[in-house]
This record gives sequence, C-alpha cells and structure tokens, in this order.
Amino acid sequence: MNYTSSKQSTGLTALPPWRSRLLFSLMLAGLFLLFARAVYLQCIHNAFLQEKGNERYGRTIGVAAHRGMISDRNGKPLAISTPVESVWVSPQEVDASHGQVARLAHILRMPAGEVASRLADTAREFVYLKRQLPPDQAEKVVRLGIAGVALQREYRRYYPDGEVAAQLLGFTNVDDRGQEGMELALQSRVGAEDGSQRVIKDKRGHVVEEVESLRLPKPGADVTLSIDNKLQYLAYTTLSQAVRQHHAKSGSIVVLDAKTGEVLALGNYPSYNPNNRDGATAELLRNRAVVDQFEPGSTMKPFTVAAALEAGLVKPGTLIDTTGGQMTIGRYTIHDAHPDGVLTVAQVLQKSSNVGAAKMALSLPPRVFWDDLSADGFGEPTGSGFPGEAGGKLRDYKTWRPIEQATMAYGNGISVNLLQLARAYTAFANDGMLLPVSLLKLNAPPQGTRVFSAATAREVRDMLELVVKPGGTAPLAQISGYRVAGKTGTAHKLENGRYVDHYVASFVGMAPASNPRLIVAVKIDDPQGTQYYGGQVAAPVFSTVMSQALHMLGVPNDAPLDNVIKPTGEIVKEDT
Amino acid sequence: MPVDRLSLLLLAAAIGCALSVVTAQHKARKLFMVLQQEQARAQDMDVEWGQLQLELSTWATPARVERIAAQKLHMQMPAAESVHHIRIGQTEGVVTQP
Repeated sequence: MNYTSSKQSTGLTALPPWRSRLLFSLMLAGLFLLFARAVYLQCIHNAFLQEKGNERYGRTIGVAAHRGMISDRNGKPLAISTPVESVWVSPQEVDASHGQVARLAHILRMPAGEVASRLADTAREFVYLKRQLPPDQAEKVVRLGIAGVALQREYRRYYPDGEVAAQLLGFTNVDDRGQEGMELALQSRVGAEDGSQRVIKDKRGHVVEEVESLRLPKPGADVTLSIDNKLQYLAYTTLSQAVRQHHAKSGSIVVLDAKTGEVLALGNYPSYNPNNRDGATAELLRNRAVVDQFEPGSTMKPFTVAAALEAGLVKPGTLIDTTGGQMTIGRYTIHDAHPDGVLTVAQVLQKSSNVGAAKMALSLPPRVFWDDLSADGFGEPTGSGFPGEAGGKLRDYKTWRPIEQATMAYGNGISVNLLQLARAYTAFANDGMLLPVSLLKLNAPPQGTRVFSAATAREVRDMLELVVKPGGTAPLAQISGYRVAGKTGTAHKLENGRYVDHYVASFVGMAPASNPRLIVAVKIDDPQGTQYYGGQVAAPVFSTVMSQALHMLGVPNDAPLDNVIKPTGEIVKEDT
Repeated sequence: MPVDRLSLLLLAAAIGCALSVVTAQHKARKLFMVLQQEQARAQDMDVEWGQLQLELSTWATPARVERIAAQKLHMQMPAAESVHHIRIGQTEGVVTQP
C-alpha cells in the first residue's frame, strides 16, 4: 500500500504547479471577457441595441381625432364632421387588369383614361386618385382588391342647412381646419389635433401593447351657437324673397334676442352652398351683415334724439321748426323730401326729418354727441369675435365741421355694420342698457352698460312706435297682435367718395314694444325696382320675420289682433 | 440538509414566479387586444352616430318640412291676424283680449 501511495503521490507531485495557475488565469480571463462583453452590451451599447430591438416590433401609429360639432341653440347640428375615405395608390406596386381599372374608374366616377394614366405614373410613390369619398363607395373600391390601391381616412365637414347660414358658419379646408366665419373663429375650440402613440405589434399586425403615448389626441369640443335654426331659416327665406322681388344686389338680416344680446339669426342673400363651394366667389363668401360697413342713414336718428333728450335740451313734445324743408350750413344745404312745418321731436322721428335731426345734433356740443354715439357702440367692433368684423367709422369730434355733425345726425358720414346697428338698438329695448352681442349661446343674460336713462329709452321707444303708424315712414312694419317700434333708413350709396343714386334701404325694429323680446335689423343693398325706400323694401321683411318669430317663441300678444291700420294715403317717404 | 431544501424551495418559487409573469403578460396582451377592438367599435359607433345625426338633420331641414307640409299635406301658414297667443298657468306677460 505504501509503495502505491508513494508512487501516486510522486505522480501527482510530478505535475508542475504552473499548470494549475495557467488554467486558473485562463478561466479568470475568460470570465473577465464575458463580463466585459456584458458591460459593453448592457451599459455602453445599450441605447443602440434597444432601438434596433424596438424597430423589430414597435410601431408609431397615428390616433385620429375629429373636429367638434357646431350646433344651434337647441342642439341641432349646423356643422358636423364625418369620416370619408380618400383613395390613394402606390403606382409602383399597382397590378391591375384593364377590367379592374375600368371598374375602379366607374366607382370613382372618373374617366378611365385618367385613372389609367395616374396608375401608370410610376415615378411617384404616392398619388391620390380621389379624395373624400363616401364610405359606401370606398368599400366598393376595397372589394375590387387591386394591389397598391389603399384608403386613407379623412374627415369632411357637412352643413345640413346648406346656404341658409353659409357665411355665418364659414367652412373648413380639406384638412378640416377652419378657413372662414365661425369655423375660423372657433378653430381653437372645435379644431382637433391628431395624436400619436408607440405600440408593440405582433407578427399578425395586431397591437398587443401600448408602450407610450407620444402625443395625446385632442378631439375638438362641441360648440353651441346662439343661432336658432328655425329662425335662421325663416329670416333667410324671407330676405331672399325680398331681395329677388326688388332686384337688389344683396341683403342682410340680423335677429337679436333683446334681453340677452344673443344673435338668433344672421343671414345674407345671395348665398352659396357650403357643401359644394364650386363657383362661390369671394363676394358670396363674405358675411355682409358683419364684415361690410355702410352708411346707416335715418336708422341713426333715434340715437341723435336720445342724445338730445339725455342732455335735457328737448322733450318729446318740444317743437322744432323744419319749415321749408331745408337748412343751410356754410356751403351746404340739407333737404327734407317732404317739407313739413313745425314738428315735435316725436314727429321728427316719425316723419324722419333730416332738418329736425340736424338741428337737434347741432344744439349738442360735438364732444357730448360723440361721447353718446361712441357709448352706443358706434366706431368700434361689437366684440362678437367674428373674423374680419368691420368696426365702422366714427371720426374724432375734434375734426368735425358743423356740416358733418349735422349729417351724422341722420346717419351720413358715419359707417356701421348691420350687427352693430342692431346691437345699438338693445339700448332702446332694455330701458337704456346696451348689451354685448354674442354668437355663442349664453347661460345667463350678460351685464349691460347704461347708455341712457330708462326714461329716455322709453320715450324714444314710444316715438319709434309712431314710425309704424299711419303718418310714419313704415306702416308696412306693423304686426297683428303686437306693438312694434322701429326706424326706417334709406341712404344714398357712396361710390368713390361721391353719393350716387343707388340706395341702401334698411329697417331696425323691436317687438313687442311694451317689453321688447326681439330686435330685427334688415338691410337691402341697391334695390333696382321702382321702390327703394326702407319703409317699402325692408319693413315688410321685418314684419314677416318678426311676426312669425314671435309666434315661434310663444311671446304673448301685447295688442289686439286687429291693431294693424292700413295707411290711407301714400306712405310717407323718408329723406335720403 | 436544511439549507439545500431551502434553496430548492426558493428555486421552485422563482421558476413559478417567472412562469406566472409570462402568463400574466400573455393575458394582458390578449385583454389589451380586446380593449383595442372595443375602442375601435366605440369609434365606429361614434362615427355612425355622427352620420345618423347628419341624416336626421338633413331629413328635418326646415326647407324640406315646409315643402312637404305645403305640397303633400296642403297645409298653410295662418295669417298673423288669426293667431292669438295665450299663456296657461303663467302670469308672465300681459295678454290682451282682441
């Protein structure tokens, strides 16, 4: 045993000790290499590898969000976005037979030759065949199953009421962004922003996990306008009939809620179809009621009278001498079309005497008159927020010459937009409180600003009631069952700084006069027929719209049903 | 040996945990797919609702209602003189008798 063990031990000891050390250090080195490689991959080169890995299964996808709905005050949609499909092709990948091309062209309602030429345009990678196709047509395209033809979802804006509120609502472009009108004004609220997110997809293309949201989709909010769809239709159709009947160039109408300043209807004729704007000129797209300014003519007179009453210079019964129907200031002469003798202040309004109004204005210091007109909202935008609103022009009183102060009394040398004019009348309707206008539905009536005393407002309202009585300029504005207060206007148009024999006929009125609920302002631009006075052209539009609107809103009568008195003679023509 | 038994136990627990992570992940992905489908369905319904609303308002435009009322049903707007508004149960506004 002993020898064996010694033999063995000698065998073992025969191994040189460096061998085990070498082995140990080799293993250590191997370990170190592995460790170094791990550090390199996990720490230093990590970002690159992670990215490569993500590329294999991660995808960034868009999340579509759609534009909010614009509805009327009763929730009826006025503008709504709905998805449509756009057909695009990748010409390099297209593989279609002649029959398929023909069927595709048939579905898209395009000439087959054009479709074929677009498919053959292999220089490009992305060609739209047709944008904004209704979903059912798009489905037929998919069913053809042509390789390289694909769909892309987009949103398209529809306006169910068509031309009725076209200029007010405006429109969006092909990318569904507001371009005009309320669509533009409300872009930041109703506009949507598509989001994007990173997801993990499996090999079948299913999204299996949401890694992170890169950008949250921001769907547009729904917005409720102050417009009443039925009143809007009523106002538009009545206006369009009048414009056509009098062969006028255009017409505008504004219906305001006299208690809240909300715009219930705002229409222009001629109009265009916002669902298909082919052939709509810039002229048609313009919202004349807000964007165009005009010289209001006699519809300004109530403000002159109110200013004189407020200053304590006159009372409704004060007599003003308008004998001869003309008045000379410097080199200029002011005329009345129908000379009367001595008139009361109330009759000056009723018969719309320029001389009477001018005398009242001249009795006021320019500064006071300017302050009053400015407080009534003239010379500055109404704050409606409508894009491109014209503020109108009210020159600084320091630059006024007496003749200008006199003509301003009857609405010459001052310009307004129709909405601004209608809004100024809220001061008469609300016992002296001028209300801000709103195109959005309000939850509570806004705070007004006092521009004249309640007594002055009531006195002017009483005078305005005389305007529609026989002997006034607008008996056609009377409404069965309701008392009406209003004022006509007929102004010469200004062309290149000169007054020409074309007219703007207007009427602004409120009813029921005992406690006004609505204000309707009508403007007919350049009536070409035999009639062109505000009392003949604009007043009938007012009475039709106002009467039906009061019925729709269920406003109680404040007069007997047989209150309408037909004028016996000719209607008093107002001064132009 | 008690130490070895503990190690084995821990090893088994670790493997169990690892497997359950895998199943949980799988289940999560399956559920996520269901969620995605439901979300897509909700969006489709939203789209359909918009289209139906559009259709409704197109059929109910005042112009169309008026045309049908006048032509098919032979209705007409009564003259203003023959319409009288009365309020029931409310005192707001003064109603004058004709």
